[in-house]
Parts: sequence; structure tokens; C-alpha cells
Amino acid sequence: MRMFVGSNLERRLAAGDFAVTAEVGPPRGPDPADVKKKAGILRGVADAYNVTDNQTAVVRMSSIAASKILLQEGLEPVMQIVCRDRNRIAIQSDLLGAWALGIRNVLCLSGDHQSAGAGGKLKGHPGAKNVYDIDSIQLISVVKGLRDGAVQEGGDSISPAAPFFIGAAWTPLGPPEKFRTIRLAKKINAGANFIQTQAVYDIKRFAEAVRRAEDMGLTDRAAILPGIIVPRSAGMLKYMNANVPGIEVPEEMIRRMKNAADPKIEGIEITLELIDAVKNLSGIKGVHLQAIEAEELLPDIIRSAGLLPRPRIY
Amino acid sequence: MIFAEWKPLDELIDKLKIHRKVLLVGCATCVAECAAGGEKEVETLAPLLRMALKKQDHSIEIITATLEKQCEWEFVEQLAQQVAEVDAIMSIACGIGVQALAERFDPVVVYPGVNTSALTIREEAGLWAARCAACGDCILGETFGYCPVARCAKSLLNGPCGGTRKDGKCEVNEEVDCVWNLIVERADERGRLESLSKFKKAKDWSNSSHGGPKRVIREDLRQ
Repeated sequence: MRMFVGSNLERRLAAGDFAVTAEVGPPRGPDPADVKKKAGILRGVADAYNVTDNQTAVVRMSSIAASKILLQEGLEPVMQIVCRDRNRIAIQSDLLGAWALGIRNVLCLSGDHQSAGAGGKLKGHPGAKNVYDIDSIQLISVVKGLRDGAVQEGGDSISPAAPFFIGAAWTPLGPPEKFRTIRLAKKINAGANFIQTQAVYDIKRFAEAVRRAEDMGLTDRAAILPGIIVPRSAGMLKYMNANVPGIEVPEEMIRRMKNAADPKIEGIEITLELIDAVKNLSGIKGVHLQAIEAEELLPDIIRSAGLLPRPRIY
Repeated sequence: MIFAEWKPLDELIDKLKIHRKVLLVGCATCVAECAAGGEKEVETLAPLLRMALKKQDHSIEIITATLEKQCEWEFVEQLAQQVAEVDAIMSIACGIGVQALAERFDPVVVYPGVNTSALTIREEAGLWAARCAACGDCILGETFGYCPVARCAKSLLNGPCGGTRKDGKCEVNEEVDCVWNLIVERADERGRLESLSKFKKAKDWSNSSHGGPKRVIREDLRQ
């Protein structure tokens, strides 16, 4: 396989090792110490760390700045980019800036609609004007253009090229389910090298979706890393099942959490079982772990899953 | 049709209270269809305004008119006599009508009485929904007659985001269909799902408002 940027993540996948990525959400304030604290907790437990881009449309420290702080702390970022807030001019400008700062992995996303920020306890900015000049698949092709063609979306050339290892998301169990594999194919055809999925709890249905992707030859062309969000209560699972599109939680798992003496321990147990299950699926190259605002759980989980220490990359 | 709805009464009163005599003007076209600015709405709104103004001790006379089309100069001209009697106009036509009156009757102040918000169809009695975004580059021929520019909250062109709900509704509004779910279903029904696997490149938005204010010259119509 051709090496595009030689990032940790790319080399790990090229070596055929089971990759681990984790998520680092930037703070709602400007203090770099908040990012450094998370970096301190997670250093060495994953191959690369996703830095979210104003997720749920709540204003946070920019993914480009937080990614740079991670780099300074010795962690390799996967800089997430959403299409909600920037047009193709701003996105490409930020991509060039990100490359100049040493950022090599990007994840291309549509992004949560600005109305999402007003859910829960925060006010957000539901009156904001959105951009959506390009969509996530067009974004992938823009990044590919900067990398493979040294050319901007509008046709102007750049020198040198800005090579990135390109990621995309996949929601295999979201409706219309029959289109989700086609959409995955579109992303891979546009240039996606790795895929991080919406959180997986229903292994049986997920495995069927991966099988369909495998039948189309997609799992050989991009590395699929299933997302796993560490469950912390029955209520959380129930909420995600009902309210987060694309997340399917088996009834039995919700019951199991409900009956657990210690839901926190049970959640870790479930996470380990999920990691084990996806590890044994054909066509799966790693795992993307999220412990939302509970990053301290991840090192033990990754260790217990037998994934530590991370192999050294030469 | 161009869709509009009444501004809050308080906002209208706040504008009108400093005047002596006001002409409230409707339009019998789009805004009449969406029951916001037709003759019926003019004659409903006028007494409401009179009552509210009186309650706040403002003695302001309100006279009314409804034009067949507030966006055509020949109809706008019909207001000349009434406008001569007033010191302000409130239009409950779309923004085009409001500006036509402002241009023709300068320096008389013209206030909008409605908010114009979308290009819609009446889906059923009392329910309007967006259909067109005037994007200037129509792709309905490739999306099975459903417009993702106007009807997807993110105007996505290559398929649905991860936010389609289990019941096929949009993550942004549980009452609204995910238009990409509709597109995929119709494509599938016609045995043409494969046609949606084609990559749609970044759209050229320059023929819409993003290209600057629209101005079109048709030489064949300029004698």
C-alpha cells in the first residue's frame, strides 16, 4: 500500500497492527492546560487522537489549535473538520495551516447542525448561519486534491502538495440502511483512507454491515475502525438508542446495565467485550474509543483489552 | 410560492405608534396563498392594529388596500392617491413588494409587516413546507424530484448525513422527513439506487445570492 504521510496511524495500519484511536474533546474555554491534562491521561494509550471540531455545535477551542497542543505534548492528532462553519476557502486555508503545524491526519465530517448546540444545559448558537458550502464527501475530495494533485478545489495549484491521511465517518446502521454502504463507497472513492464509525453496540447488525462493505471490496481499500463509546449507565444507553441517529443498542444490553451492581464496572466490561468482538471481525483494522468527559477510564480499558503497550513504530 | 408570516404585533405597534395615518397594504398573490398578506389578512390585521394602538393611547388612523401584485409597477401605481394621504406605509407582501413601495413612494417610510422566509408548497391545510432554495443550479433531475438543497438541513449533495432518525425523519426536526431518505427510497423503487453512487462535485453557488445580488438582462425583451 502506498504511504501518504507516514503518520503513526497510517504506519500502524500499514503494518497490519490493530489500531487504537481515542477522542479528545477540546475545552469550552481558552486554557491550553485543559488539553494538556487530557493529553497527560491518554499519552501512549492510542496511536492517534481525534480532536473534535465544535461537536454538537457548541463553541470550543478550535480543532486546529487543540491538535497543535497535542502534537507539542507528543500525541498524534486526527484533526476533525466539519462543513458547518467554513466554506471551501476557509477550510483549505486551515488545511494548509494545519499541515504547516505538523498535523497529518484529518477526519472529514458534515458536522452537527447548529440547532444541536441548544440541547441540554447550554444555550449554544441556534441562530447562527450555517455554511455547508461543500459536503463531507466533497471535503474528502478537496483534501485529496491538496495531497495528490497539489491543487485547490478551484483549480489553482499549490507548492508543495499538502499530504494528509484522510479519514471519514460511517453510520452503517442509520436509515436508509441500503444506501449506507454505497455512501461508504463514495467516501472511499473520493479518497478516504480510514473510516471511523458511529458507536457500535449491536455487534450482529454491525457485522452484517461490514460484511456488505467487504463484499464490495471496501474493507481492503480503507481501514475501518468501529467507534465504541464507553457506556456508563442504562440511562445513557437508553438515551443514545432513542435519540442518537445511527446508534442501535440491543434491549438486552440496556437490561444488563440496569441490573448491574456497579454500572461503571459493567460499562467497562461491555466495552471490553465489544472491543473483543470487533477485533474478531473480518475487515476491521482497529477501534475508535470514546469515553465522553471520562477519558481517565480509557488507559485501563485499553490495557485490559490487551492493546497496551502500543507497539513501537519504526 | 413565496412564504411569509406576520411579525409579532408588538413589533408592528412599536413602528406605527409614532405616525399619524398609515396605509396597510396587502398583495393578492403568494402571501395571500399562504394566508399572511392577502385582502383577508389586511382586513383582519387592520382592526387588530387599531385596537392595540388605541389601547396604548395612540390615535392613529389606518386605511387599507390590497394590490393584485405588489411586485409589478403597474399595480403599485394604483396606490398613489392613498399614499398621498398618509405618513407611513405598512406592507404585508413579501420583501419584494415592500421594496417596490419604498422605491416608488420615497420618501414615505415603508415598514414590513411580515417576515418572508421560504419558497414553499402548501402540503395540506395550514401546513407549508420548503421546496426550493433558488440556488441557481437545479439538480432535481438527478435527485428524483426531491431537492436536497432546500430540504436537507445541511444542503448535502452526496447522500444523507449520519443524522437520519430511525423513522426516516431529520435529526434537526422530528416532523420533517430526511429528504435523502426520500430520495433513496424513490431511487430504490425505480431500481435506480446505483445512480446515487455517482460523486457530485462541489456546487457552483455563484448563480444564487452567493454570487452577489442577482441581476438578469434578457436582450430579447429590451427594445
